[in-house]
Amino acid sequence: MTRLAAGAGEVVLATASAVLLLTGALFCLLGALGLLRFPDTASRLHASSKAQTLGVLLSLLGAALRVPPPYAGLLLLVALFQLFTVPVAGQVIGRVAYRTGAVDRSTLVMDELAGRLGPPDPEAAAEPGDTGSGDGAEDEPEDGAGDGRRREV
Amino acid sequence: MSAVAVAALALLSAAAVLVLVRLVRGPRSLDRIIAVEVLVTLLVAGACVAIAVWEYTTFVPVLVVLALLGFIGAMTAARLIEEREELR
Repeated sequence: MTRLAAGAGEVVLATASAVLLLTGALFCLLGALGLLRFPDTASRLHASSKAQTLGVLLSLLGAALRVPPPYAGLLLLVALFQLFTVPVAGQVIGRVAYRTGAVDRSTLVMDELAGRLGPPDPEAAAEPGDTGSGDGAEDEPEDGAGDGRRREV
Repeated sequence: MSAVAVAALALLSAAAVLVLVRLVRGPRSLDRIIAVEVLVTLLVAGACVAIAVWEYTTFVPVLVVLALLGFIGAMTAARLIEEREELR
C-alpha cells in the first residue's frame, strides 16, 4: 500500500515537473518572441525581464521537483537570486537606455524622468567633455541626487 | 519524460534562434546586451530540463555560476556603454 502511494506520488511529481518545464519553456519562447518583435529597447526590456524570468522560474521549479532535497534547495536559491537580480539589471539597463536616447520619447504617456536624467537633448549635446573626466570610482548615480549632480557637471 | 524533454528543448532552441536574430540585428549595443542576457537565461532553462529529465545533478552548480554571470555581465556592459559614447 505504501509502495503504491509512493509510486502514485512519484507519478504526480513527474507530471507536475513536466507541466512546469513545458510552461517555462513556452514562456521563454514568448519572451524571445517579444525580444525580437518589439519596436524599441525599453519594450524589449519588458519582454526579457518579465516573460523570460517567469519562464526560467517555472523551469527551475520543475527541476527542483525532480532532484534530491539539497539540490532542490540550491535550485530554489537560484530562483530567489533571479528574483533579486533581474529587476536590478532591468532598472540599470533601462536607465542607460533612457540616458543614451534608446527610448523613443514620443511613445511615452508619462515621462517622470524628464527633468532628472539627461536624455540626449541639445543642452546635453552642448557639453561633450564630461565623459572621461571625473567619472571615477565614486560615480554611483543610483539616486536622484547623484544624477542631478552629474547632470550639472 | 523524454518526450517532454524533446518538446521543452525544442521550444528553448526556437527561442534561442529568435534571440540570436535580435543579437545580430541590434541595432544598439543595449539590445545586444539584453539579447545576451536572455541567451544566458535560456541556457539556465535548458540546464533545468536536463537536470529534471536525465538527473544531471552535476549541472546545479553550473546554474548558480550562469545566473551570476548573466547578471554581472549585463550590468557591467550596460555601465560601460553608459560611460563611453563610441560603444553605443
